[in-house]
Amino acid sequence: MALELIKGNIAVAEAAMRAGLVSYFGYPITPQTELLEHLSARMPELGRAFVQAESELGAINMVYGAACTGLRAMTSSSSPGISLMQEGLSYLAGTELPAVIVDVVRGGPGLGNIAPSQADYTQVVHGGGHGEYHLIVLAPASVQEAVDLTTMAFDIAEKYRMVVCLLLDGFIGQMMEPVELPEFKPVRTTPPAWAIGSPDSKGQVVLTSINIDPPTQERFNVKMMTRWQEVEKNEVRYKGYFLDDAEYVVIGYGTAGRISLSAVRAAREQGLKIGLVRPISLSPFPAKVVDELADRVKGFLVVEMSNGQMLDDIISIVARRVPVEFYGRMGGMVPYPDEISNAISALVNGKHDVNIDARAEWLAGLRELVGTGE
Amino acid sequence: MTETDVKVVYKRPLGFTDRTTHYCPGCTHGVAHRLIAEVLEEMGELNNTIGVAPVGCAVFAYNYFNFDFVEAAHGRAPAMATGIKRTLPNKIVFTYQGDGDLASMGMGEIVAAAARGEHFTVIFINNTNYGMTGGQMAPTTLPGQKTSSSPLGRDVETQGYPIRTAELLATLDGAAFVARRSLHDARSIRNAKRAIRTAFEAQKQGLGFSMIELLSICPTNWGLKPAAARTWLAEHMLPYYPVGDFKVSTAVSEMKIGGN
Repeated sequence: MALELIKGNIAVAEAAMRAGLVSYFGYPITPQTELLEHLSARMPELGRAFVQAESELGAINMVYGAACTGLRAMTSSSSPGISLMQEGLSYLAGTELPAVIVDVVRGGPGLGNIAPSQADYTQVVHGGGHGEYHLIVLAPASVQEAVDLTTMAFDIAEKYRMVVCLLLDGFIGQMMEPVELPEFKPVRTTPPAWAIGSPDSKGQVVLTSINIDPPTQERFNVKMMTRWQEVEKNEVRYKGYFLDDAEYVVIGYGTAGRISLSAVRAAREQGLKIGLVRPISLSPFPAKVVDELADRVKGFLVVEMSNGQMLDDIISIVARRVPVEFYGRMGGMVPYPDEISNAISALVNGKHDVNIDARAEWLAGLRELVGTGE
Repeated sequence: MTETDVKVVYKRPLGFTDRTTHYCPGCTHGVAHRLIAEVLEEMGELNNTIGVAPVGCAVFAYNYFNFDFVEAAHGRAPAMATGIKRTLPNKIVFTYQGDGDLASMGMGEIVAAAARGEHFTVIFINNTNYGMTGGQMAPTTLPGQKTSSSPLGRDVETQGYPIRTAELLATLDGAAFVARRSLHDARSIRNAKRAIRTAFEAQKQGLGFSMIELLSICPTNWGLKPAAARTWLAEHMLPYYPVGDFKVSTAVSEMKIGGN
């Protein structure tokens, strides 16, 4: 199939359609809106459901209803909209429903801006809604990877009856790249036996997240946690670069991972033995590879377009065996490769102190670089 | 033995389970449930219906009906019903919502769904208070009415005015049939059933959004015996919330309804 030059948001929308998306509900917000616009034309064209909701609250609850049919449902938004959807995500999780949400992350907090960011890591990976639940979170670093993960997201969501979040930063959503789109999959239009409106269910189907009896709720949560262990076993995804002989390893996902790769390649050209781990599944997190590397490398550099939200997870995995340093830009700013190269040099030539407060060190440097905003 | 001609005049509707009610003695939720079950049975739609339960006293509505049900977050039932109906357009879909759920938390969702002309039916229970949480002031609480969060009576200067939901939604072009009925006496209940039938028929025939507001009693939180609560409804609620048809689209007015 021929490569086509497509913007990330549109590529994800088209990939979702080809994966058999039956119902889409969304609300305009930059930098995600092209996804909604594309589906506003394409879904009705193929006789599928499209609703521009009254709000992100409306959109996620429409997804909640559509997901109860067991047919493929999706919404998309950007950070402030994803904040509004947290209530619905908790209900979807508490009802064991499959759905796909796309978060094209922008700078915050508050209204923030419309530039690319990775500051939604905490809210999607560690759960912004109430109660104990997990989302499966997939973070592509190119438009092609976004397309491939979109296709996969629906299958994984159905396999575990869980919500899968495609976490794109604004770069991946807005960037045009050559991609190969998948073929159209057959569309399932009959609800499965566990879903409402199914011809195959035996008797009444009630889908709810209420367990008024605490022991029942606890048993349900045990079941959910046990399923999550399966997800952790089967669904960890990452890409390793130059890890075999690496003495130091950079860890970054999405656009930060991609820019880090440029800096790692430059370091290799200078003879430095630097590797890169680019997590693709942020939840479940590729903890095992980081844990194993911590036994044999001299240090890590975490790179994020945030204040170090993934950093805390890495610190907990590495557990002071080797130094973990951090470089990030915030508020919609994106690091240049040479900023990461400088951070790599600092790691290699530094004090190798495992007790270093990586965030404090980084913040001191960033204060020098960009000012304090006071 | 002489044969007696026995005619069954009252039985459990086919759409009901045989579970014992959890509603308070005298509460009209049971009446509203029964009218829905009877209408769906008469329409032959029991096996083709999906209900959306609210947060509130009717949170366990699905325990009493025997067809498929989902349970919405507080106020979000119209969005959830939109998702279901758009995905499975041949199903009969309805939400069952109280006044805190629909007219406070979920006012955005209900207005938007009505404006879009979503093809589902809303059964709206107006009993002037938040029943499940113990009788707090609702958007429907009458001026001067005492509740657990308006202990001196609703003061419209600081707590605002009640919302007449049926009249409000009737202004929207997407609404095909919007009516208010009362459940305080037998004649009103029969009228309510006819309106519910019209609403579901409008949905079945794809004519647009339909909502029936049902004036209901809450003896427990009102601190009245059921008979006194029904009188209170007639004397205080009916003047503020008149029964009537507030929106009947041309298509609905020309609609033919089979059966009784």
